Amino acid sequence: MGELASLRTPRGIFATVILGLCAFMPVLAPALDEPFYITVFARIMIWAIAAVSLNLILGYGGMVSFGHACYLGIGGYVVGIMAFHGVTNGFIQWPLALLASGLAALVFGAICLRTRGVYFIMITLAFAQMIYYLSISVEKYGSDDGLTIDFRSEFGGLIDLEERTVIYYVIFFCLVGSLYLVHRVVNSRFGMVVRGSKSNDARMHAIGHPTYRYRLACFVIAGMICGLAGILQANLEKFVSPDMMYWPRSGELIFMVVLGGMGTLFGPVAGALVFLLLADTLSGFTEHWHIIFGPFLILVVLFVHGGIDGLLGRREAAGG
Amino acid sequence: MAEPLLKVEGLNKSFGGILATDNLFLDVLPGEIHAVIGPNGAGKTTMIAQLTGALKTDSGKIIFDGRNITREPSHVRSHLGLARSFQITSVFLDMTNLDNTALAVQAHDGHSFRFWRPARRDPALREPALRALERVGLDHRADVVAANCSHGEHRQLEIAMALATKPRMLLLDEPMAGMGPEESAQMVEIIRGLKDEHSILLVEHDMDAVFSLADRITVLVYGRAIASGAPDEIRANPDVREAYLGEETAAAPDAPTPEGADSRARG
Ligand SMILES: Nc1ncnc2c1ncn2[C@@H]1O[C@H](COP(=O)(O)OP(=O)(O)OP(=O)(O)O)[C@@H](O)[C@H]1O
Ligand SMILES: [Mg+2]
Repeated sequence: MGELASLRTPRGIFATVILGLCAFMPVLAPALDEPFYITVFARIMIWAIAAVSLNLILGYGGMVSFGHACYLGIGGYVVGIMAFHGVTNGFIQWPLALLASGLAALVFGAICLRTRGVYFIMITLAFAQMIYYLSISVEKYGSDDGLTIDFRSEFGGLIDLEERTVIYYVIFFCLVGSLYLVHRVVNSRFGMVVRGSKSNDARMHAIGHPTYRYRLACFVIAGMICGLAGILQANLEKFVSPDMMYWPRSGELIFMVVLGGMGTLFGPVAGALVFLLLADTLSGFTEHWHIIFGPFLILVVLFVHGGIDGLLGRREAAGG
Repeated sequence: MAEPLLKVEGLNKSFGGILATDNLFLDVLPGEIHAVIGPNGAGKTTMIAQLTGALKTDSGKIIFDGRNITREPSHVRSHLGLARSFQITSVFLDMTNLDNTALAVQAHDGHSFRFWRPARRDPALREPALRALERVGLDHRADVVAANCSHGEHRQLEIAMALATKPRMLLLDEPMAGMGPEESAQMVEIIRGLKDEHSILLVEHDMDAVFSLADRITVLVYGRAIASGAPDEIRANPDVREAYLGEETAAAPDAPTPEGADSRARG
């Protein structure tokens, strides 16, 4: 996929190294005597999928959603609730979870996308908080204690997610698949409309593009990819809770995207990796790690133009 | 007389207390260049925005090709064959010139719910987009990002994007704004070359250009058309001389003749 496949550019090498690290972690971690890193990287990859999905609307489409984590919660809760009722078949769980995320994104997006700027940010946040409070209020599904999942999704013996390496590689392939999907989408005609709308929506209308429907479709695709991250998270942790979609999670997703480089294919993956590893390391030193972490993020946003991707050299035109 | 392609009947638009468009009547015939002139703030850009649907009209009617488009959204008007250029350059600055025109081509090549094939390698978009750049003499700068282009090139790109939508009628809002004499002369030739295939509504402050290009001229003052007619009639019209050309005729007693305008425009 374009820049990722190429080992001749700093970006290509960087992306290949990170994806390679992910790919070989189940072998590397035990060799380094740090088996816990398998789970750490599985978590990082799930956040990376969510960040990649947010980047599709935020980075390429200029839609600053401050409620993106709600699709993480919706995807996760559909799996959790179905498991709670004894439906553990992944072939039923996963499509339904994706459908639910997509439907929520369709309804929320249809309303949010009629607004711009700060209003858009506020309304996406409001919808996400609505879902958050809904999850807290339903006692049957654990309210704020969350819901424990006894069995991971079952795929009729084809894929056994209870197997640690299996679930790891399922997550890995979902990440690679999401990256490939976003790569195709942003470079397609559809993607050009979404980018054009970010760049200059008035001009898009003047040359004949009814942009609203394309932005909405993009919002739905992003919601579904994030729903997939939620499905994976529910399966990995065997637990879902309202905290998955509490608003700070949405804020962290935005940070990952900005940190990695908005509107760049691989940026959000790098952003998620650096964000989570740094948070993990800092919290090991002191419990007041937020005091260091917060200013660090602000400095990066202010001074490193284009985030981590920006450190890898200039880009001429938008995207690649 | 041929049926007008564009007919404006009693158009109004006010911003708070200001009447930017005041009971405006206007028409443009097929193959005609109809120039609209008027002092700053006369309402020329407002009129173009109303015609393209960027601004909602308070009252009055806009008929394009026999169809009432007064309430149609911008993209529908674009598909009917109405295209505009912007007085203040409005392009996709983060994209190359070719990407800019290709997006305009794409809008008129079916829907864009096509998620898979790379748009930048689609000859159905790239070739017409390149031809649009050729027509304004910008093809040698096709792969340059618009943000890195000069003001004059932005003006050319404005026209190329409008052309790439295959319009029947062009609404050009001060295409020569901020151009030097040489670039202006080049733009006059470009617009002259478009006349065969497009009807043109030309808003322009450059009087040399207007008098050398226009078949008809309408003078707008405070949103109201105070005169309309052939260039010679407009030049002779005392109201116009007073309200608008006055400033210029005061400086140079002889208003520009068409021949004089022509030679001056060509530098
Ligand atoms: N969006 C707006 N809100 C409020 N007033 C506006 C708006 N747009 C234009 N106006 C006012 O309407 C009047 C007409 O403005 P317009 O830009 O159409 O003039 P113009 O003829 O294009 O002028 P110029 O030659 O300077 O381009 C002006 O008084 C202007 O201040
Ligand atoms: Mg104007």
